Amino acid sequence: MGATVVTVTSGKGGVGKTTVTANLAVALALLGQRVLAVDTDIGLRNLDVVLGLENRIVYDLVDVVEGRCRMRQALIRDKRLSELFLLPAAQTRDKSAVNPEQMVKLCAQLRPEFDFVFVDSPAGIEQGYRNAVAPADKVLIVTTPEVSAVRDADRIVGLVESEGKGPAKLIINRLNPAMVRREEMLSTVDVVEILAIDLIGVIPEDPAVIVSTNRGNPVSLDGRSPSGQAFRNIAGRLMGQDIPIMPIKESASMLDRLSRFFRG
Amino acid sequence: MRFLDRLFQRREPTSRQVAKDRLQLVLVHDRINISPGMLDTMKDEMIKVISKYVEIDPDGVEVTFSQSKRQSRLTADIPVVGPVRHAKKGSERARAARSQAEAGGDG
Repeated sequence: MGATVVTVTSGKGGVGKTTVTANLAVALALLGQRVLAVDTDIGLRNLDVVLGLENRIVYDLVDVVEGRCRMRQALIRDKRLSELFLLPAAQTRDKSAVNPEQMVKLCAQLRPEFDFVFVDSPAGIEQGYRNAVAPADKVLIVTTPEVSAVRDADRIVGLVESEGKGPAKLIINRLNPAMVRREEMLSTVDVVEILAIDLIGVIPEDPAVIVSTNRGNPVSLDGRSPSGQAFRNIAGRLMGQDIPIMPIKESASMLDRLSRFFRG
Repeated sequence: MRFLDRLFQRREPTSRQVAKDRLQLVLVHDRINISPGMLDTMKDEMIKVISKYVEIDPDGVEVTFSQSKRQSRLTADIPVVGPVRHAKKGSERARAARSQAEAGGDG
């Protein structure tokens, strides 16, 4: 049957595409899936450092496409999970080194070998984005609860639809429940209402993500952190498990309202 | 003072609500790719066309886009001031009615 190709994209940069890709790949590998994570951010690769595999790169995506090595030589096996692999991006080239047709061909070649192929998209809506979306069976759009990120996500929702790759699924990253409670941040319900696409998960803002990224150990390796648990839940949903969205309390409690009322 | 404001419901909208309102407005224009300026031009042309058939108050015309899911809807709220000139059988009848009204002045 072959792998499901899942493209992770966002429009805006810095919302957590690479973190989401790395963690979903790890979480699915923990569930016993054979997973490949492909970095298509040519010239600005980062999936390697987030996964902690930066010291093992010999060949990259562009080497494979241009025939300088065989596919197997470019795939890096994860040091912790034997079923997880990385295909890194080239660092010294640009997005035009690969085209969408080549990405479709590359993924066709990879499908029989894996259960999931994750494609980490660069920011933007230009060629890098088109390369990443071309082979997708499923598209995940990452946003944060901020006006700029949601606006860009809306552009991507429209683009993905017009390319016949929709409907995309939404991941809301870095939601701060306390700020939502104080009505200082867009809530999950707000973002879903505005973008009008299905939600597949909400990742709470969590310092553990930064700490784990510092060490090159994706946070979903540790299921005890709130974000790690959220990533594992999304991984389960991608496998078709019926896991309800993590209950992040959003409505202000009576006590909270009272205290705010008197604080002025 | 803010305490009193709250007591009398003169609460400022929360930043969450402001963000949501601003996003919804900007996305209406993003999605249909019509700038506010182009919307004005369209409104002026609509007024011209409709005025051929019905007497309306051009200052009271409101043209807005709304969203339901990802479906955009154009709504025009046009106050009719004068009597409606019947235009049952197309533009010929309308033209006849208008010239009659202009000549007779009983419209």
